[in-house]
Amino acid sequence: MIRTKLAPLALLVAAACGCGPARADSGWGLLNMPEGVTEISRKIYALHMKIFWVCVAIAVVVFGAMIWSIVAYRKSKGAIPDGTLVHNTKVEFIWTVVPVFILIGMAVPAAKTLVEIEDTTKTELTIKVTGYQWGWHYDYLDDGVAYYSRLDRKSDAARELLSGIDPNTVDHYLLNVDHPLVVPVGTKVRLLITGADVIHSWWVPAFGVKKDAIPGFVNEAWFRVDTDKPGLYRGQCAELCGRDHGFMPIVVDVRSKADFASWLKDKAAEQKQAAAPSAAPAPPAPAAPAATSAGASAS
Amino acid sequence: MPTPLSHAASHEEHDHKPSGWRRWVYATNHKDIGTMYLIFAGTMFFIGGLMAMLIRLELFKPGLQFFDPQFFNSMTTMHALIMIFGAVMPAWTGLANWMIPLQTGAPDMALPRLNNFSFWILPFAFTLLLSSLFVPGGAPAGGWTMYPPLALQTGASFPMLIFSIHLMGASSILGAINIVVTIINMRAPGMTLLRMPLFVWTWLITAYLLIAVMPVLAGAVTMLLTDHFFGTTFFTAAGGGDPVMFQHIFWFFGHPEVYILILPAFGIISEVIPTFARKPLFGYEAMVYAVASIAFLSFIVWAHHMFTVGMPLAAQLFFMLSTMLIAVPTGVKVFNWTATMWKGSLTFEPPMLFALAFLFLFTIGGFSGLMLAIVPADYQYQDTYFVVAHFHYVLVPGSVFGIMAGVYYWLPKWTGHMYDLKLATWHFWLSAIFVNVLFFPQHFLGLAGMPRRIPDYAVQFTDWNMVSTIGAFGFGLAQLLFPYIIWKCVRSGARVGNKAWEGAHGLEWELRSPPPYHSWTTPPSDAVIARGAEH
Amino acid sequence: MAKAHAPDSSHYYIPHHSPWPIRGSIALFAMMLGAIGFLNDWAGAWSFLPGAVLLAYMFFGWFATVIGENQQGVYNLQVDRSFRMAMMWFIFSEVMFFGAFFGALFYARMLAVPWLGGEGVKVFTNFILWPKFEGIWPSNGPGHVGGRADSTFSTIPAIGIPALNTAILLTSGLTVTLAHNALRAGHRVRLGLFLALTFLLGFTFVGFQVREYGEAYRQLGLRLSTGIYGSTFFMLTGFHGLHVTLGAIMLLVIWLRVLRGHFTATRHFAFEAVAWYWHFVDWVWLGLFIFVYWL
Ligand code: HEA
Ligand code: HEA
Ligand code: CUA
Ligand SMILES: [Cu+2]
Repeated sequence: MIRTKLAPLALLVAAACGCGPARADSGWGLLNMPEGVTEISRKIYALHMKIFWVCVAIAVVVFGAMIWSIVAYRKSKGAIPDGTLVHNTKVEFIWTVVPVFILIGMAVPAAKTLVEIEDTTKTELTIKVTGYQWGWHYDYLDDGVAYYSRLDRKSDAARELLSGIDPNTVDHYLLNVDHPLVVPVGTKVRLLITGADVIHSWWVPAFGVKKDAIPGFVNEAWFRVDTDKPGLYRGQCAELCGRDHGFMPIVVDVRSKADFASWLKDKAAEQKQAAAPSAAPAPPAPAAPAATSAGASAS
Repeated sequence: MPTPLSHAASHEEHDHKPSGWRRWVYATNHKDIGTMYLIFAGTMFFIGGLMAMLIRLELFKPGLQFFDPQFFNSMTTMHALIMIFGAVMPAWTGLANWMIPLQTGAPDMALPRLNNFSFWILPFAFTLLLSSLFVPGGAPAGGWTMYPPLALQTGASFPMLIFSIHLMGASSILGAINIVVTIINMRAPGMTLLRMPLFVWTWLITAYLLIAVMPVLAGAVTMLLTDHFFGTTFFTAAGGGDPVMFQHIFWFFGHPEVYILILPAFGIISEVIPTFARKPLFGYEAMVYAVASIAFLSFIVWAHHMFTVGMPLAAQLFFMLSTMLIAVPTGVKVFNWTATMWKGSLTFEPPMLFALAFLFLFTIGGFSGLMLAIVPADYQYQDTYFVVAHFHYVLVPGSVFGIMAGVYYWLPKWTGHMYDLKLATWHFWLSAIFVNVLFFPQHFLGLAGMPRRIPDYAVQFTDWNMVSTIGAFGFGLAQLLFPYIIWKCVRSGARVGNKAWEGAHGLEWELRSPPPYHSWTTPPSDAVIARGAEH
Repeated sequence: MAKAHAPDSSHYYIPHHSPWPIRGSIALFAMMLGAIGFLNDWAGAWSFLPGAVLLAYMFFGWFATVIGENQQGVYNLQVDRSFRMAMMWFIFSEVMFFGAFFGALFYARMLAVPWLGGEGVKVFTNFILWPKFEGIWPSNGPGHVGGRADSTFSTIPAIGIPALNTAILLTSGLTVTLAHNALRAGHRVRLGLFLALTFLLGFTFVGFQVREYGEAYRQLGLRLSTGIYGSTFFMLTGFHGLHVTLGAIMLLVIWLRVLRGHFTATRHFAFEAVAWYWHFVDWVWLGLFIFVYWL
């Protein structure tokens, strides 16, 4: 019995050592949190591994004691119960106090990291992110660039009930969008996150950022991608937001500063071209505040 | 003042049970009502489980094979509501009804008519909830947490959801009041508080939690109702409200609720382990204080469900620390259970097997809970399958195994028959193995980035989802043994004496099996109580 | 603790089977079906009224049974204690119910509205979504929801009907206590008078409350739908008013029982239960007066 209990635990231990960031083609290796590409995400990862190992260590001790009693004190082995062993102030004191110190040992680094995460000062680029049913709207507040980002067509076709399309043939099934969010490397990007209709949550694991998009309120989050880590990073909406909650992914296209600058220039020009009365076409069903502010800030 | 005669008179009529449907529908007897609660809970467990099977079926591989996403969300929502309010909570109340009078030397519950009321509200509540599956727009699909504004988009089933929750709340509150009063006022003379079995203690504290938080849930859903139909703006920013306010009120109920689901299990484990370790419970008083402090702390940790909503830093730090603190009293319990087995003389009958599985698997669930409490890490875990894994470890091998341990422990007492131990052992092994196959991979899925509450997923999550689904059907099918074993026991089990288990202690084992219709018509003697209270 | 048990606890009265609870459940079910039918504009609330009637019948019958048994004297002191504790805990659950709405009020006043006004951690909320909204209480939100035609509204000054109502409820709290003393001292006449005075004050309170509501709706533009202020104001005072009404009706019933000669100087659980309940609505009102009307 014990073996069946511990086998999975051992598995997770195995999982934790090494085989973490695994190939996307096979899922078997996907056992752990990605380390990510920002200083914060790595700190979170380190924190996660630390508490994980502390728990494993405690588990070894506690489960060890349980297994020992199960193995050693069986009636079938003629064990005689020691009825006097019902109370022992010393050990009870120890196993009340020791956990407290262990917890403090976890809380301190956690608090430190949290304080860093909450420091949204000195940001260099501000993007307003609006979640709606079901997609994202990005608004580069200072540059008059704003656009929608939805699930890409291929995934959208394949995800229909009994579509007959094999998801494995679609590249990045459910994790691809038509227009990714574009940001520069090595820049402290501030996101101003809100919701147009219901609560959504903007989550990109590789950045260690997850923040709820709450209608009528604006939450702040930030990330700075390592200068040597441009590329595409993917995430999903992380708050149940109705029928297609599972189908509003996030893709961030991280480019070199130069590439980003030129992209932004072109995009701004292009949107001036399409100088319709308002820069942003009205989203399917956004609440008034979100829509107006989107229009206002982009013009 | 009652003349003994007037009592005797009423007493006579009661020893030969009333027959036919009236016995159940008009029931005032704690055993009859307890039995109805347990049967109801079992039924709901199967219905909620069937929904879980549909969830796992759709998640077996990527792409939508069976259900529209909306229906999938309904399944998730209904599964949770049914399992929590329909299966686990009524199961605990059923066990309380059966055992508290037996264990405290009382003739019955303090308020037998109220007892009937609190049960008979439930079938109506769940008729309401389940029938919402068939109304236009389908069943509620906003998650069991009912966050606005999404919950406000629910169709015709919205008022059905709200009112069924009002009914469940009323039932729980009345039931809890009855249990508190029974424990405080009905104990036999000499059954002092610190002689009470831990199941009674844990239920006393659970009942207080229920009375304190069920009304808050009622208030929260009432605000949802008025926001939806009567133009209030509690949860709308434009009107000066805040969607997050609902989350605060809901979780002020919700977190104590999860301890409502586990504390009675702590009690059962504290009864079962000493019996099969043939050794009194280690640190009885510490156990009592631990449960009390868990209950207290459960009121000041609620926002650990809301770390990503953008709370002020100070609030996040406070709720992280208060949440972590709960590990200490819970640890005390785990250590005391281990110490109870230490230098004991263990045998492994089914109740003990379930208790042992509880010990290991609940602790694993507790560890993941502790990881979730670490705010920066929770930013990555929140709303992923890591959370789903966490709470199923504490709820299924936690609460549900606790219930099964309790049923297998007291079934002989209730029926007067011993059940098929071999079959029950099979039930255990299948459950214990498959529950891990079912839920352990969900840790990996969550860490690898699979969000919860999605009907379809990216292909790299396929492998572990397949394993989980296989585990789910294994576990589900294994549960079919449970009703069969009980039925067989009632029909044809071997008779048992007062004391079904060699190492058993407590008043319930002083009565014949099955116990007389009125448990302790004359209170047990102090000597008998003392013998029972050897902990 | 063991002492607390009356020696006669072995004669605890276990009631016969009772048809009342199931009728209560059916009544609640019928009422809710009605409410659902109404809210979804389906069949309409056709089953609500029968349900309500059945519920009233259930209460009447159930209490009649209990009172009958009590008059026969089949209840010993322990049963009496059970009733008392049950009532206490029921009232506690009511306190928690109001707690939810007070919580909403405080959250809105202390956090939500200031945040929308750009205070604290949510500067951008105001800057981007609700420019030029000032988070001052009372408020119907940045969207100026509800209110008069120009979406403004005014509040009910604490001095005036609310203050008067406070005086009324406090007095009624006093009179019910005087009635209790009279009962203990065996002065049935005084008991009857003070009890009558109490529920009359109670109904007067409700009367004023209704007037106040009418005024709020017609002149002040203060309605249930007037943003967060209207929501919290009417939910809190509304549920309180409901409880006052119920309490007054219960007092009325007790009064009728007194006229029937029920209750002794030593045994009068029902009286005390209702008195506690009355003090509870009293205290809730004080909270309301301070936090809703005054501050
Ligand atoms: C039976 C129900 C139950 C129980 C007992 C618990 C117990 C705990 N839970 Fe869990 N929880 C749920 C049911 C439960 N939970 C549910 C249903 C949800 C999801 C709701 C939803 O969103 O739908 C949830 C979600 C949840 C979250 C939110 C996750 C998220 O959404 O982001 C968090 C975060 O802090 C949390 C924490 C904890 C902690 C710290 C405990 C602690 O009580 C655990 C304490 C136990 C131990 C720690 C193990 C034993 C201790 C020792 C061996 C001593 C030594 C150990 C140390 C010193 C570390 N839980
Ligand atoms: C006490 C509470 C409880 C219990 C016992 C369970 C039991 C189970 N739960 Fe559930 N669950 C929750 C509480 C509970 N759950 C909650 C609170 C949520 C969150 C909801 C939300 O996000 O809003 C949730 C969500 C949830 C999810 C995530 C859904 C999503 O995010 O979209 C999943 C997915 O695997 C799941 C699976 C299961 C399974 C397989 C079981 C199994 O243990 C069930 C086993 C039982 C049976 C199977 C029934 C008995 C057998 C039969 C009926 C015979 C027929 C069986 C077969 C045909 C195989 N549950
Ligand atoms: Cu958007 Cu979930
Ligand atoms: Cu919690």
